Amino acid sequence: MGQIEWAMWANEQALASGLILITGGIVATAGQFTQWYLGAYSIAAGVLVCLLEYPRGKRSKGSTMERCGQKYLTRVVKLFGPLTRNYYIRAFLHLGLAVPAGFLLATILGTACLAIASGIYLLAAIRGEQWSPIEPKPKERPQIGGTIKQPPSNPPPRPPAEARKKPSEEAAGVPTGGPQENPMPVNDEVV
Amino acid sequence: MGNWVVNHWFSVLFLVAWLGLNVFLFVHAFLSFEKATKYYYTRQILGFYRSTLRKQLDHNLAFHKLVGYMICLHTAIHIIAHLFNLERYSRSRQATDGSLASILSNLPHQENYSWLNPIQSPNTTVVYVTFTSIAGLTGVIITVALVLMVTSAMEFIRRSYFEVFWYTHHIFIIYFIGLGIHGLGGIVWGQTEESMAENHPHKCAEFFDKWDDPASYCKPPQFEGLPAESWKWILAPGILYIFERILRFYRSQQKVVITKVVMHPSKVLELQMHKHGFSMEVGQYIFVNCPSISSLERHPFTLTSAPEEDFSIHIRAVGDWTENLIRTFEQQYSPVPRIQVDGPFGTVSEDVFQYEVAVLVGAGIGVTPFASILKSIWYKFQHTDHNLKTQKIYFYWICREMGAFAWFNDLLASLEQEMEELGKVGFLNYRLFLTGWDSNFAGHAALNFDKANDILTGLKQKTFFGRPMWDNEFSTIATAHPKLAVGVFLCGPQTLAKSLSKCCHQYSSLDPRKVQFYFNKENF
Repeated sequence: MGQIEWAMWANEQALASGLILITGGIVATAGQFTQWYLGAYSIAAGVLVCLLEYPRGKRSKGSTMERCGQKYLTRVVKLFGPLTRNYYIRAFLHLGLAVPAGFLLATILGTACLAIASGIYLLAAIRGEQWSPIEPKPKERPQIGGTIKQPPSNPPPRPPAEARKKPSEEAAGVPTGGPQENPMPVNDEVV
Repeated sequence: MGNWVVNHWFSVLFLVAWLGLNVFLFVHAFLSFEKATKYYYTRQILGFYRSTLRKQLDHNLAFHKLVGYMICLHTAIHIIAHLFNLERYSRSRQATDGSLASILSNLPHQENYSWLNPIQSPNTTVVYVTFTSIAGLTGVIITVALVLMVTSAMEFIRRSYFEVFWYTHHIFIIYFIGLGIHGLGGIVWGQTEESMAENHPHKCAEFFDKWDDPASYCKPPQFEGLPAESWKWILAPGILYIFERILRFYRSQQKVVITKVVMHPSKVLELQMHKHGFSMEVGQYIFVNCPSISSLERHPFTLTSAPEEDFSIHIRAVGDWTENLIRTFEQQYSPVPRIQVDGPFGTVSEDVFQYEVAVLVGAGIGVTPFASILKSIWYKFQHTDHNLKTQKIYFYWICREMGAFAWFNDLLASLEQEMEELGKVGFLNYRLFLTGWDSNFAGHAALNFDKANDILTGLKQKTFFGRPMWDNEFSTIATAHPKLAVGVFLCGPQTLAKSLSKCCHQYSSLDPRKVQFYFNKENF
């Protein structure tokens, strides 16, 4: 099990916990349960956790599948720098967010799941993992005119066919200098 | 759309029946709690009278996921409903207005069956009640287990870190044991039959202040709990699963002899093995377990041999387990590791011989089931077995790297030769596609344009570069066989499956007597 990046699983677990916190909070607040203000807190905590965890970090090995539309949140999460990069901070943040919700039955499941996510993040932090944003690759714009090294060597108007020698093979990437005499030195490009 | 229905009508019917059964069971249980007299007092204490709001065996993996989603959905509904129940029990317990609910809550707990509200005193919190009751404690534990199972089974985690998924998923054992225990406390409380003779709710509910009066004809009601029922649902599948594990264990104890080990380019290992009493059909797969690498993991591999010879598999390095396996076999001086085999199991590729015309598309290592089929065809023609319904096969093999073609090069070469000897050159029509090419390849190909054999593979059919243009291929096949049913078999990635199934729908004629393309796919 040497190649596992625990942070990836912790991320899924935390996202699920955030959703569970929000659901439990809505039930408690809408049902006007006793201590429903804890339910309201749970909704807020759940939303914060979801926003933080939605952008998936980049895997250190291999390609990472982005979540749909995560690039906007990636920019926001990136702004916090080391606060969001470091998994120790995330582990303790999740643990802290989970505790108040543990006092209300409707949200206690969210507490348990978020505490587990916090534990997995702690494991990830101990193993030195870090959150790095998935950046969109800059589009390589082909340089206009970058592949033209020399102007054409025999532009029209050309002398009639008898005065020219015909080229003897197709341009299949295997040029051999050619029998044509060029007025200027021409470099051929071998791929 | 019409073609989709024709292809999938059985799955649709089965799913509709299953969903309908789910809906029926849910509504039945709901109505029973909502309307039955037995639960009248229970409903009272929970305040319901006031509220107006009263909720193919090849596709086994897809069905498993569907059942999983259904379990999650019902778990959510169940938890939310019980949360409301507990909250209302608590409110009823704290009500002091002399209403029916408060009288019912104050029914004494000293006698065993005359109480209704499980919350014994106004100071007890619902959290305490939850964690001190069997139902509450098991409920929380198994829900946490369920959440862990679901998050580790997300596609991204499953594909990238299979071991996390595999080992975490085994906590289903905790889930099902907890589910069986969950109802043992009998916490859903309803009036007993005998009590309803003495205190029928329709007659006595209004006179609740007179229940203690010995002169009145309404005695205090007696209650009992609903017995645990979940074990009835789990028992049969649980027994089947235990049988399967025993069978798997028995099969794994049988000796597997490795007769030949071949290392192919592009990190593919071929293992030829022999096991006493093993028999297979074309295109089937086996589960392979290698205890020296991991005692619990087992992975499926398609058999690449024909039924007429010793069975073999081709393993490509795609993750931790496969890479470790290949590395272990590469060391020539250590003893060959022991292999345990379970199977064979069937997939759709077994149906190839049911079609007169078959289109086989394999991507990369996905060529393995078709290798088995082609080998089997070779043997059949060797033994002049001409009872084959299949008259024509179009085989497409799409690979990223050159080295991949070496896996079955000799198979294709010997098939070519055999077809020529038997004069059946039109039988097998194959095309190889190399998608990871650069101008070096193109240059070589252009230079050797007029040679008879392909310079990359040595076969008569030239290798194509790039991806196949499916529209062209399908329209050619459709015009060549205007009145036949054509089976299209794919073993490859999801994107390819989408384009192929789209082509199948597009080129199948609406007239059922004309050409029809039937799409079958497998992948792991």
